[in-house]
Amino acid sequence: MNQETLLVGLAGVLAAAAPIIFAVVGETLSERAGVINLSMNGTILLTAMSGFAVAYTTDSIFLGFLAGMLIGALVALVVAFASITLKQSQVAIGFVLALTCRDLAYFLGNPFMGVSGPRLQAMPISGLNDIPVLGPLFFRQEMSTYISYLAIFLAWLWIYRTRPGLMLQGIGEKPAAAYIRGANVNLMRYVYTVIGGALIGLAGPTYSLGVRAGWMGTISGLDGIGWIALSITIFGGWNPARAAFGAYLFAFLQWLGLVLQPVLTQVPSQVLQVAPFPLMILTLLLVNIGNTEWVDRTLAAMPESARKFTAKVLRAMRASPPAALGVPFERD
Amino acid sequence: MLKSKAGGFIFQLIAFMLAMVFVSLILLAVGASPLDAYKNMLTGSVGSMRKFAEVLVSFVPLLLVTAGLLITFSAGLWNIGVEGQIVLGAIGSVWVLRQFVDSSLPPALIITLSILGGMVAGAVWASFAGMLKTFGGVNEIFGGLGLNFVSTALTLYLIFGPWKREGVASMSGTEPFPDVFSLPQIPDLRISPYALAIALVAVLIVYFILQGTYFGLKIKAVGKNIRAAYLLGIPTWQYSLYSFLICGALAGVAGALQVTAVYHRLIPSISSGYGYLGLMVAMLVNYQAVWAVPVALLFAALNIGSIQLPIVMKLDSSLSGVLQGVLVLFVLLTEGVRQKFVKKV
Amino acid sequence: MNVELKNIHKHFGKTYANKGIDLTVQSGTIQGILGENGAGKSTLMKILSGFIQADPGGEIILDGKSVVINSPADAIHVGVGMLHQDPLDFPPMRVLDNFLLGRSGGLFPNRTSVRQDFLNLARQFDFSLDPDNYVDALTVGERQQLEIIRLLWMGARVLILDEPTTGISASQKQKLFATLKKLAEQGMTIIFVSHKLEDVEFLCNQVAVLRAGELVGMTKPPFETSTLVELMFGKVVTLGDRQPAKTGDTVLSLQNVSLEDVRLKIKNVNLDLRAGEVIGLAGLEGSGQGMFIRACAGLVRPVGGKVFLKGRDLTGKAYHAFKHQGVNFLPASRLEEGLVPGLSLTDHFILAEEPTGVFIDRVAGQRLAEDRIKSFNIRGTPTSTVESLSGGNQQRAELALLQSPLSLVLLEHPTRGLDIESVIYIWSKLKDRCKQDGAAIIFISSDLEEVLQYSDRLLVFFSGKVSEPIDAATISVEQLGQLIGGKGWTQKGDANA
Repeated sequence: MNQETLLVGLAGVLAAAAPIIFAVVGETLSERAGVINLSMNGTILLTAMSGFAVAYTTDSIFLGFLAGMLIGALVALVVAFASITLKQSQVAIGFVLALTCRDLAYFLGNPFMGVSGPRLQAMPISGLNDIPVLGPLFFRQEMSTYISYLAIFLAWLWIYRTRPGLMLQGIGEKPAAAYIRGANVNLMRYVYTVIGGALIGLAGPTYSLGVRAGWMGTISGLDGIGWIALSITIFGGWNPARAAFGAYLFAFLQWLGLVLQPVLTQVPSQVLQVAPFPLMILTLLLVNIGNTEWVDRTLAAMPESARKFTAKVLRAMRASPPAALGVPFERD
Repeated sequence: MLKSKAGGFIFQLIAFMLAMVFVSLILLAVGASPLDAYKNMLTGSVGSMRKFAEVLVSFVPLLLVTAGLLITFSAGLWNIGVEGQIVLGAIGSVWVLRQFVDSSLPPALIITLSILGGMVAGAVWASFAGMLKTFGGVNEIFGGLGLNFVSTALTLYLIFGPWKREGVASMSGTEPFPDVFSLPQIPDLRISPYALAIALVAVLIVYFILQGTYFGLKIKAVGKNIRAAYLLGIPTWQYSLYSFLICGALAGVAGALQVTAVYHRLIPSISSGYGYLGLMVAMLVNYQAVWAVPVALLFAALNIGSIQLPIVMKLDSSLSGVLQGVLVLFVLLTEGVRQKFVKKV
Repeated sequence: MNVELKNIHKHFGKTYANKGIDLTVQSGTIQGILGENGAGKSTLMKILSGFIQADPGGEIILDGKSVVINSPADAIHVGVGMLHQDPLDFPPMRVLDNFLLGRSGGLFPNRTSVRQDFLNLARQFDFSLDPDNYVDALTVGERQQLEIIRLLWMGARVLILDEPTTGISASQKQKLFATLKKLAEQGMTIIFVSHKLEDVEFLCNQVAVLRAGELVGMTKPPFETSTLVELMFGKVVTLGDRQPAKTGDTVLSLQNVSLEDVRLKIKNVNLDLRAGEVIGLAGLEGSGQGMFIRACAGLVRPVGGKVFLKGRDLTGKAYHAFKHQGVNFLPASRLEEGLVPGLSLTDHFILAEEPTGVFIDRVAGQRLAEDRIKSFNIRGTPTSTVESLSGGNQQRAELALLQSPLSLVLLEHPTRGLDIESVIYIWSKLKDRCKQDGAAIIFISSDLEEVLQYSDRLLVFFSGKVSEPIDAATISVEQLGQLIGGKGWTQKGDANA
C-alpha cells in the first residue's frame, strides 16, 4: 500500500468516525448531567431517515441537518420528561424509544428508499489542504467532519474549562452540592439532555447525507451504531476527547478489517466488520473491573508491593461514571 | 401496571387510546387510511387459519423469551443480551444436528438433543453477561449488547466459514437439514404443535417458579431489595447468576425452535428481534407472568398482520413495531403521570 | 452580622420539627446550638441556610432587614453560608475547581486570580491545602477547611457549622476553633451546631438548647454541664424496675478488635457477652457504634483482633456465616435494609424459614403469617406489603422474622420513631424471645432512657473511643449524658464512670 492510498484510507476513517463522534459527544453531555439517553440507536436511524427526507424534499442539506437536530432534541425531551419529571426508569424509556424510533424510521422512510438525493461534497480548506500528510488527512473533508473536530474541542473546552461546564460536572457528580452552589439541577438536566439529543441527531444526517448517502431502510447498515456509540461513551470515561479517541479507534478497526480482507481470505468479511466488539467488551471489563468488590478484597490480601502496582494499573484504566448518573434529584 | 386495580386500568385504557391516536396520526400523515390499515392487520393475522398459524409461529419464540425475561426482570436485571442468547441457542442446536446428520438414531431423539443443545448454549452465553456483571462490574446492558454483536459475528462466521453451503456461501444461510430433523407440523400449516406446547409449558413453569417456589421468591427479593435480601440470608450474587442462566436457557430453546421448527438451518438474523420484542412485552405486562400469554399473542399478531401492509397498502411492515413501541411508551408515560399526580390525592 | 430568627415553625406531616423558635445572635458571637438527635437543630439550620423553607408566619432578620431565603443560593447571597456535616463537595474534582464552583462570573474563570485568592485565604487561616490536589485525597478536616474558605470567599458573614468536629483530628479541631475565634473577632457570626458538650462549652459565647422542636434554654458562660444535660434530655429520668438478667454461657467474645472506616478508628475492644445479657450502645450518631454493631454481625471486617461466637472463631467470616450461627441483625433503615418493599408479610415469613422443599406451601405460609401477626400484634394482613405498614408494625414484623435458634440479636435503633405502646411491646417481646432461646442482645439507641432501662451493661462511644462495659445500674442519666458529650473520659480513652 502506498502512502497516498493509506492517507485516503485514514482520511476516510476520520470521516466515518464523524457521526459516531456527534453521538458520543451528545451522550457524554447528557450523562454528565446525570441522564442516560438510551434511545440513541433509534434516534440515529430516525434522524438519518428524516434528515435525508427533508434534504431530498427541500433540496437543502442544511434543512436536513436541522431536521435531524430537532428530532434528536425532541426524542431526548421525551427521555428527560419521563425520567426527570415523571421519575420513571431512564433505561426503560430509553430502550422503548430506541426500538420505536427505529421502526418509525423504517416506516416513514419507505417512500425515500433508494432514491438518490443531495449529499455533502468534500470541502478542501484552501491553504491547509496542501500541507503534506496533514492536508489530505484532515483538510479535504466534508463539512460534517470539520464540525465533528469542532464538537470534540468545544465539548471538551466547555466541560473542563468553562464555569457552566464545571457546574455540569458537579451536577452529575453530586446534585445536592451543585444545588447549594446555585444550580437549578433539574432544569440543567433538561437542557443538557436536549442539547445532547440534538447532537445525537446530527449523527443521522451525517450518515444519510454524507458518509453513507441515501436511505436504504433496513439495509442501511445503521442499526446497531447507536449501541456501539453507547459503549464508546463509557470507554471514553465521560470525557469527550477520550470518547472521540474511542470513536476513531472503532472506525479505524473497521477500516482495517476491510483492508485486511484480501490478506485474510479465509475469514469472512462480515466477521472483520464486527471485530471491534469483542475488543469493546474487553475494554469495558478493564475499565470497570477496578470498581468491583472482589478486586478490592483480593487487593487487600496481596503483598504490599504487588498491591501498590496492581492498584495503580487498575486506577489508570478505571473510569467511574458520574456518581449521580440515573439518580433523580429531589432537594432534601 | 396491569397489576394495579381499577385506577390503573383506566390509565392503561388511556395509554392504549393515546397510542392508537398517535399511530393513526402517523398513518394520516403518510396519506393512508388508519381504518384500512388496522383492518388489514386484523385480517392479516386472524383472517384465516393459515394466517393465525403464522401468528403462532411468531408467538412461540416471543413467549419463550418473555418467560425467560420475567425471571431476569424479577431479579432486577436488564438482560438485553437475550437477543444473543437466542442466536446462540440456534447455533447450539444446529451444531448438535450437524453431529447427527448421518446417524441412524431416531430423529425424535436427535431433535430433542438439538433443543437441549440450544438450551445449554443459550444458558452459557447468558452466563457470560452474568459473570461480566458479577465479577467484572460491567453493567448487564452493555455486556449484553456487546455479546449480541459478537453472537451476530459468530453466526456470520459460521455461515460463511466452517458451515458454509456447498458451492457458494450466502446470506441465505447454511444448507437446510433434511425434513426428518424438523419438528412435526400440523398438516398444511407451518405451526408445530410441539413448539407451541414447549412455549406454553415454559411460561407455565416460569409462572410457578415465580409464584410457588422458594427459588422464585428469593429471586424476587433480590430484585426488589438486594441489601435486605442479603441480610435475610439469601446468597444474592448466586441468585442473579441463576436468573441469567434460566433466561438464557429459555432464549436458547427459542433459538433452537427457530431452527428445528421454522428455518431448518442457520440464517444470519435467526433471532429476528424477538429478544428486544420480548423485553417490551415483559415491560408492558409489568413483569407479571399471567399477562405474558395474551400480550405476546397480541404482539405476534401485530407482527404477522403487518406483513401484508406493503402488498396491499404500500406501507412498510415496520408499522407493527411502531404500534408496539408507542403502546409501551404511552403505558410507561401514563404510569408516570399516575404515580406523580394521582397517588398524592 | 446580626441574625434574628422570629417565630420559626416547621412541620412535616403531623409532627413539628420546629415550634415557635425565637433566636437572636449578635455579630461577633459564636452561638452554640445544643440538642439530642431529632431535637430540631438541623431543621432550624436548614431553614436559615435556605435548604428548606419555614412555615409561613416566621421571619428571618439579618442586620435589621427582613430577608426571604428560598434556596442555598439565596442564603449565600445575603451572607449566610453553611458547612454541612457530610461535606457537600465534589470528591473526584480538584480543590481549586471545588473552590471556584458556584461563584458567578465570566464564561472562562480566571484560574490564576482564583488561585491567588485561594492561596491568600488559606494562608490567612494557616490551612495547607494544595489547589491541584483532588478532593477525594483530602481528609474530612481538610475538606472542611476548603469549604470554610470557599464560603468566606463567596461573601458569607454568617457561618453555620453542623457537627464540624465529627471525624476530624485533634490538631484539625484546634485549628478549626482558632479559625472560628478569629472570624468572630472580625465580626462574623458563627453558629455552631453540636451535641458535644465539651466543644460547645469551650468555644461558644452563648448556647441555645433545643428539645423536641422547641428552644428550651439560652445560657451564657460559665456553663454548667449538669444544667446543659438536663436541658438537653429533659427532667431527670425516673427509671422503672430493672430486672437483672441471669446470665449464662459466653455467646460473643471480642478480643482486641480494631475497626476502621474513612472517618473513624476503633481500637482494641474487648467484650464478653453472655447469654441472656443485654448491652446498650450509647453515643451520638456517627461515634462508631454503627460500625461496631455491624462488625458483630460480620458485615464489617475487623482490621485487627478476633471475633468468637459461642467459642467458634468467626474472624473475617461473612455475614451469612454469622447468621448461620444464630446472629440476627436488624438495621435502622427498615425499608432500605431490613425488609423488601413489594413483598408481603407472608413472603417475608416464608423467606426467613428454612425451605421445606422446592415448592412453597402457601397454606402453611398463610397460617404461619396469621400466627405471627397475631402473636406479634402486627396491624396488617398476611398479604399486606411491608411498605404499607406503619413504622411500629414494620419493626414488629422484623422481630417476628427472627430466626431460630437465636444466639445474638443486634438492633440499630429498635424503637426509633415508635409510639410508647410499641416501644414497651417490642422490648417485652424481644426479651421473651431471647430468654426462650438463650440469646444475647446488643442494641444502639440515642434515647438515654431506653439505654438505661433495658441494658444490663452499656458501652459508650465518643469519636471512635469505646468505654469499658459499664454496669447500667451504677450510672445516672446525667453521667451518661456527659460521657456521650465527651466529658469524663480518662486519658487512655476509658470512661471514668
